[in-house]
Amino acid sequence: MLEVRGISKRFGGNVALDRCSFMVEEHASVGLIGPNGAGKTTAADLISGILPVDDGQIIFKGRPIQNRPLWRVARQGVTRTFQVSRELKALTVMENMLVGSQLQSVEGVWPTLFAVSRIRAAERTAVRRAFELLELFQLDRVANELAGNLSVGQKRVLELARALMAEPGLLILDEPLAGLSPTTSRNIADFVESMRARGVTLLIIEHNLTMIERLCERVIVLAQGRVLAEGTMREIRGLPEVIDAYLGPVA
Amino acid sequence: MKGLLCVRGLSTGYGGTTVLDGVSLSVEPGKMVCVIGPNGAGKSTLMKAIFGLLPLSAGEVVFDGRDITGWPPEQVVRLGLCYVPQVDNTFPNLTVEENLEIGAATVPERFSRHRDRVYAMFPDLAASRNKAAGNLSGGQQRMLALGLSLMLSPRLVLLDEPTSGLAPKLAEAVLGYVRRLRDRGISVLLVEQNARKALQMSDRGYVLSNGKNRLSDTGAALLSNPEVGSLYLGK
Repeated sequence: MLEVRGISKRFGGNVALDRCSFMVEEHASVGLIGPNGAGKTTAADLISGILPVDDGQIIFKGRPIQNRPLWRVARQGVTRTFQVSRELKALTVMENMLVGSQLQSVEGVWPTLFAVSRIRAAERTAVRRAFELLELFQLDRVANELAGNLSVGQKRVLELARALMAEPGLLILDEPLAGLSPTTSRNIADFVESMRARGVTLLIIEHNLTMIERLCERVIVLAQGRVLAEGTMREIRGLPEVIDAYLGPVA
Repeated sequence: MKGLLCVRGLSTGYGGTTVLDGVSLSVEPGKMVCVIGPNGAGKSTLMKAIFGLLPLSAGEVVFDGRDITGWPPEQVVRLGLCYVPQVDNTFPNLTVEENLEIGAATVPERFSRHRDRVYAMFPDLAASRNKAAGNLSGGQQRMLALGLSLMLSPRLVLLDEPTSGLAPKLAEAVLGYVRRLRDRGISVLLVEQNARKALQMSDRGYVLSNGKNRLSDTGAALLSNPEVGSLYLGK
């Protein structure tokens, strides 16, 4: 479904990604791990269209998506979440959900007047879908609260639920468990599993390797901008080069 | 357990979340001790807790035989315990010299003497004394952050990831600066991501994970202990 072919990204003289290649199959759940500074978030930024690549190709459902504007990549079905929740604080939880939906907009007075019933119908569908997701993610009771008033854990859950509003084919989660307590982490992991059950393909960046093992059947290890290893978490653990990457070189 | 710094059974957290769960360690005078562990182990939190930046839910911190548990940072530094945070550890709009002046704000009468000592230790800073800190190279900025802490003539410096965000070569250089501190008889408690390099230069190392002490040994012994890698990668 996603094929990353030799992508590179430099920031000034710093090489963040160096000819990186990997694949994510449809309906798979793949972990992207590696020590700090390995290039994981940069990879997510390139795939989701936030940053242009310097080199290489990103193929999604058979079509190149590298260097496309963010919204176009999103329309094609690639959505991501961020390490720090980016909820719209002054909007309610429900409004946040509706912002996440890909409502087709119509511009101009006449076209809008003619499309009124179609827009209303689309909105009704979006609201229904939002409620379903909020129920699934146990946020239905706070649907009318301002998003800024939610707890850190709830904000993270909202981020996941909102990402699903776009009905993504591929969802990239950037450290969904960062900074959360073990209990909240387990709840979020449950939600991630339920996303998978709905057929969403997942690429998960996460430092909590116990959760990666639970959520992903395969992991890709990045180190210093390169793919160092691939396999199951069990296979990866035994590899001396992976241990070396995490502990750093000896001087 | 005797030492310059003794931490016993330290617990703390943010909100309802426990980050440190009964952590203990000690630093002997003149020694370099490192704290390593995977992301989220609680290493930076440990530094803040020792320095009095976080309320503790349990445990005690003893420095030079004095119980400083719950002391605010401004009192802790007077005893000679300094802390260099991971970020925002210099004033980017001020010159190097002005930075050092602020470092000595509580002891202005000692400013010139301590400044000269810092310049002797880090000649690069002397050469850039009129440059704005924000215009220094990444490595020099870390040097200045270390220099700032030295303005209070500390006996122990807490260093939170002095190499974070630096390219490998610069990181190497910064660890060299840290060694200069120890060479001058200043004790160092160092949090580092480059676990092996940190262990190599430390007299003793502590491995934390999930807010708990997991392993503790001499740096050399931990370097060859395969359990350390397992703590980073799970099981």
